[in-house]
Amino acid sequence: MNLFEYVRPASIAEAVAAAGEPGSAYLGAGTNLLDLMKGGVSRPSRLIDLTHLPDLGRIETSPDGSTRIGALVKNSALAHDPDFAKRFPAVAEALLSGASAQLRNAATVGGNLMQRTRCSYFADTASACNRREPGSGCDAIGGENRSHAVLGWSDHCIAVHPSDFCVPLAALGAIVEIEGADGRRKVPLTDFHRLPGDTPEKETVLEAGEMIVAVSLPAEAAAFAGHQRYLKVRERTSYAFALASAAAALRIENGTILEARIALGGVATKPWRSQAAEAVLTGAAPGREAFEKAAEAAFAEARPSGDNAYKIELGKRVVARVLAMAAAGTPERMPALPASPFASETGAKAHV
Amino acid sequence: MNLSLTLTINGKRREIVLDDPRVTLLDLLRERLDLTGAKKGCDRGQCGACTILVDGRRINSCLALAISYDGAAITTIEGLADGETLHPVQQAFIDHDGFQCGFCTPGQIMSAVGLISEGQSGDDAERVREAMSGNICRCGAYNGITEAVLDARAKISAGKERDAA
Repeated sequence: MNLFEYVRPASIAEAVAAAGEPGSAYLGAGTNLLDLMKGGVSRPSRLIDLTHLPDLGRIETSPDGSTRIGALVKNSALAHDPDFAKRFPAVAEALLSGASAQLRNAATVGGNLMQRTRCSYFADTASACNRREPGSGCDAIGGENRSHAVLGWSDHCIAVHPSDFCVPLAALGAIVEIEGADGRRKVPLTDFHRLPGDTPEKETVLEAGEMIVAVSLPAEAAAFAGHQRYLKVRERTSYAFALASAAAALRIENGTILEARIALGGVATKPWRSQAAEAVLTGAAPGREAFEKAAEAAFAEARPSGDNAYKIELGKRVVARVLAMAAAGTPERMPALPASPFASETGAKAHV
Repeated sequence: MNLSLTLTINGKRREIVLDDPRVTLLDLLRERLDLTGAKKGCDRGQCGACTILVDGRRINSCLALAISYDGAAITTIEGLADGETLHPVQQAFIDHDGFQCGFCTPGQIMSAVGLISEGQSGDDAERVREAMSGNICRCGAYNGITEAVLDARAKISAGKERDAA
């Protein structure tokens, strides 16, 4: 790890001013950043420690009915907040399907949005990676790429966005609140992360010095609480990143889907909402036929970036299945294995 | 650059001055405060051998920058027993053979203490296994570990009911 200057600002304004200096990076819990620094992947010359700032650790209801989550709220605190988990169960399920209990106790909401890809070529400083070192090339193309993206990739980068949390956030229309030297602005989560294009090193719309202060879920998102799930297929049952995941949220009345929300994880270069799939479901009767059509629509633009054509079929099945799970209704209690295809909705034992 | 911090470690207040901002909580405990119970396995947050409690919650101390935790209360495996009386989780690991080589055990035990206080798993072995997935045991003592966690949790909650009665 390179030596850095440690800065502890007393206010958001101080933090933003400090982070305007080139080479600065914000420090939340550091669960991803310190790991990358130990590997020499990230080499900031200054760390601006946000963890002592006041007022960023609250979950609150705004006057317009939206739910505002402070950037420093811990993953576990959000997932286990009874009121939040009741209104946004797929968000809680996605959070609890990610990382380990120890990491969830440290990792923050803002940090989750800012986490970097787990592409092994990005993590290996001996490999070419346009995301880590612009212009150096991409060793993932033509390399070991079965876990890489089938949506949103370019000839410069095929790395997957690793977040679970961002997937239901994308589906439910979350808004990212950002503060910078020029004041506050709000950006939809689906516009917050950028497609790699020919500048994969530019991962988000944040300008130099800007920081995430909160993530909000709009009031209307709570209408999906009764039919909302997250499903994640991974190499092992727990503590693994998604190979393919999906969040589904439905509003169903009198046997008809009034509105659907679908987003994908583990298959795309950013959290991937599929409005094409949502449109297929609007006005349809919930059932296998509609769900499979929606799954086809979600992956209509998908193409393999290497040895990962299987992800297109896998992803479609995940979408159809999570829609069936959402249609069946949000379970009373969080499943024993959150978001796992092996978990029964009653939390019965999958392994004995 | 001011690199002084105050930590309460196993109930004792410590004033610490760091000579380098890169020191993690794990390295601070092991290399500078002679608390070598928390282990350095992977040093990258993947194995859980370094698990400690910070303000009552289990975290990976290898991915925690010490200077950032100024003001925190820390519990390590060294602070768990009450004199010669083992903590119920420690005793349960012995009773159920929850280890072989023992390297991961301090992390397993601290993680289990955190898990029990989180109160999410109840007496469901599947939920315990899921909640312990951040702790790797290369010897594969998982059956004993799960039994130990369930037993300790039952004894702790029975003790609480006794105290409340």
